[in-house]
Amino acid sequence: MATHMLPETAARNYLNEEDGIFSWLLTTDHKRIALLYTFSITLLFFLGGAFAVLMRLNLLSPHGAIVGLETYNKLFTMHGVIMVWFFLIPSIPNTIGNFVLPMAVGAKDLAFPKLNLLSWYLFMLGAFVAIYSIFRGGVDTGWTFYTPLSTTYAMGYVVSAAMGVFISGFSSILTGLNFMVTIHRMRAPGMTWFRMPIFCWSMYATSVIFVLATPILAITLILICIERVFRVGVFDPALGGDPLLFQHMFWFYSHPAVYIMVLPAMAVVSEIIPTFSRKPIFGYKAVAFSSLGIAFLGFLVWGHHMFVAGISVYSALAFSFLSYAVAVPSAIKVFNWTATMYHGSVSLETPMLYAIGFIGLFTIGGMTGLMLAALGIDVHVTDTYFVVAHFHYIMVGGAVMGFLGGIHFWWPKISGKMYPEFLAKLSALIIFFGFNLTFFPQFILGYMGMNRRYGSYAPEFQNLNVLSTAGASILGVGYILPLCYLIWSWKYGPVAPPNPWRATGLEWKTNSPPPKHNFDETPLVTWKAYEFEAQKEELNLG
Amino acid sequence: MADTSHLELREQFSTPEQQRESAISGMWIFIVTELMLFGGLFVAFTVYRLRYPAAFTRGSSEMEYWMGALNTGILISSSLTMSLAEYFVAQNKSMRGAILLLVTILLGAAFLGIKFTEYYLHFHDHKMPAFGFEETGPFAPQVQLFFVFYYVMTGLHSLHLLIGIGLVFFMFVPTALRSLNAEYHTPLDNTSLYWHFIDVIWVFLFAIFYIPGAHIR
Repeated sequence: MATHMLPETAARNYLNEEDGIFSWLLTTDHKRIALLYTFSITLLFFLGGAFAVLMRLNLLSPHGAIVGLETYNKLFTMHGVIMVWFFLIPSIPNTIGNFVLPMAVGAKDLAFPKLNLLSWYLFMLGAFVAIYSIFRGGVDTGWTFYTPLSTTYAMGYVVSAAMGVFISGFSSILTGLNFMVTIHRMRAPGMTWFRMPIFCWSMYATSVIFVLATPILAITLILICIERVFRVGVFDPALGGDPLLFQHMFWFYSHPAVYIMVLPAMAVVSEIIPTFSRKPIFGYKAVAFSSLGIAFLGFLVWGHHMFVAGISVYSALAFSFLSYAVAVPSAIKVFNWTATMYHGSVSLETPMLYAIGFIGLFTIGGMTGLMLAALGIDVHVTDTYFVVAHFHYIMVGGAVMGFLGGIHFWWPKISGKMYPEFLAKLSALIIFFGFNLTFFPQFILGYMGMNRRYGSYAPEFQNLNVLSTAGASILGVGYILPLCYLIWSWKYGPVAPPNPWRATGLEWKTNSPPPKHNFDETPLVTWKAYEFEAQKEELNLG
Repeated sequence: MADTSHLELREQFSTPEQQRESAISGMWIFIVTELMLFGGLFVAFTVYRLRYPAAFTRGSSEMEYWMGALNTGILISSSLTMSLAEYFVAQNKSMRGAILLLVTILLGAAFLGIKFTEYYLHFHDHKMPAFGFEETGPFAPQVQLFFVFYYVMTGLHSLHLLIGIGLVFFMFVPTALRSLNAEYHTPLDNTSLYWHFIDVIWVFLFAIFYIPGAHIR
């Protein structure tokens, strides 16, 4: 067994090892870079959230309560661009993944620490370039940049928004590359592939998507900028181009990107559920391989975004079938998580509340996804709020719940302090309630025929829209609460022991917060992941 | 004696082998992303070529195909000199390695020189989209589409080659100073991988842009 370490509150750790602003801005420590990312994406989350608040307020009235139609177009565009590329894509991989992954495999750092820092700078540069377009009057194409709207007709700063996304894409690629090499080459002695926590498997699957899909988005955005700046045809039908080709290339990235958002959340949930059920994960290999299965199948389903765009019936059928197929590995995960909880000794601490919330919301999001994969239903609900509700259940109900669950789960490790449990549970419940109140009415609205991306709507939809806006304000409170009490606990929270949850991962076998190189001596792994029974004595000491 | 300062193990690794393997696998993964970057363009090009075969053959007939052929020969030769440089450095014959790296740089520069001459000639013939492009035939927009892809793809390739030349130069200095040698030459191997990748991309670019219309001239 690994050496047991006593809690040493005054020990040197990664937070107090060095001081001063440059020790942060020039750090190559994966844990500090994780915090840089956390700080940045939190700001960007609240910026993207502010756009959402304005949209929801505007939709209180059928004719738009506060802004005009053009401004509304810009609001939903910037909400999408910021939330997708500057919050969801980097959210879990670059914060929790960056912090936990090297420790979970027993390494001192990622394989390429300088590239890791470079990725943060690229991300920030991309964010500034994208935000610049807001100050110059915004973009109104929708986050999807569809041609020929984006290349020919749209007003606003499409080029700078697209270039911002392009630049931040390199940060994704570098992160994926770094994670893959780390998992291949940096595992501690004895840490075989099948002894790795599921977290690492899911992060690996995410990294594969980062590396394979992001370059396609990069080149597509470059082509858009070329067409717009030089006024030459690439996708413009008047100049011989084909807008459908743009959609194919865009969704070849952007569908797998959904799995970039949800696979890391699954990674987090796969750690939380065994820990708070005191049981090894049910069907380890099935869960591990289902991550890779989702990543693989995710590359084959992009056409389901284009069912009504004019693709052939035969390819629509193939894409429909393949979209159903993605449900198989996803369902394997859901069933195995619930089977892990079955007969476990479940305790409902905050991370577990988020994990259970994730399972429920992800299942709703997934099942409605299956409805959308059916060609007939998709034609009926394309570009309605049904779609909006569906992907928010995956992205917010899935990815954001996973992110918050993970932040709470690893908070003692990150900060060395415990967060206030009661407030945390309360806000988890507020978020769950607020989320459902916001987005469930949108399923109904969409099915009744309310279009997405319109600043006005038919008067009969008003009641449900008011309900949704009320939910959004509850959700907002739920998001601001953790921000406040986590910052509070960073300074005033009770000191955290090395392993407050009695979890089995390697990151819990070092101090909280960990020393600069994570472990005082390189761990030797002789056990499988989640062996609670075998580590009983050691865990009870923690 | 060989300079062993580069042998220092960076702090995140436990053995020199681990450090070397990580660097090499990192480069391979990077090449995969590059392949996807060019792959997107190849797919888009292929879609349009299948849709407008006549226009794309017409566009291709405007190519200075003997210049392209010469460039293909130059780049393939540069791959040979690169590989030989790698071989000699691994044999601890650093001076020969350094000279071959210099030859590689010169071949790369010659390629770019010829490539930009071609660009200039096309510009002169009004075959540069957005810069006075003129085409009167029946599928003028589609021919322009061909040229857009020609400039984007060969331009992206030239950019990569320029970066490659920079990398080889950064390898040339330590090779000449013998700090890259039989014991430690990982950066040179990675540079070589990248260089070969750029060459392979060019072979395909030559095939899709120069050959379809070569019989017309």
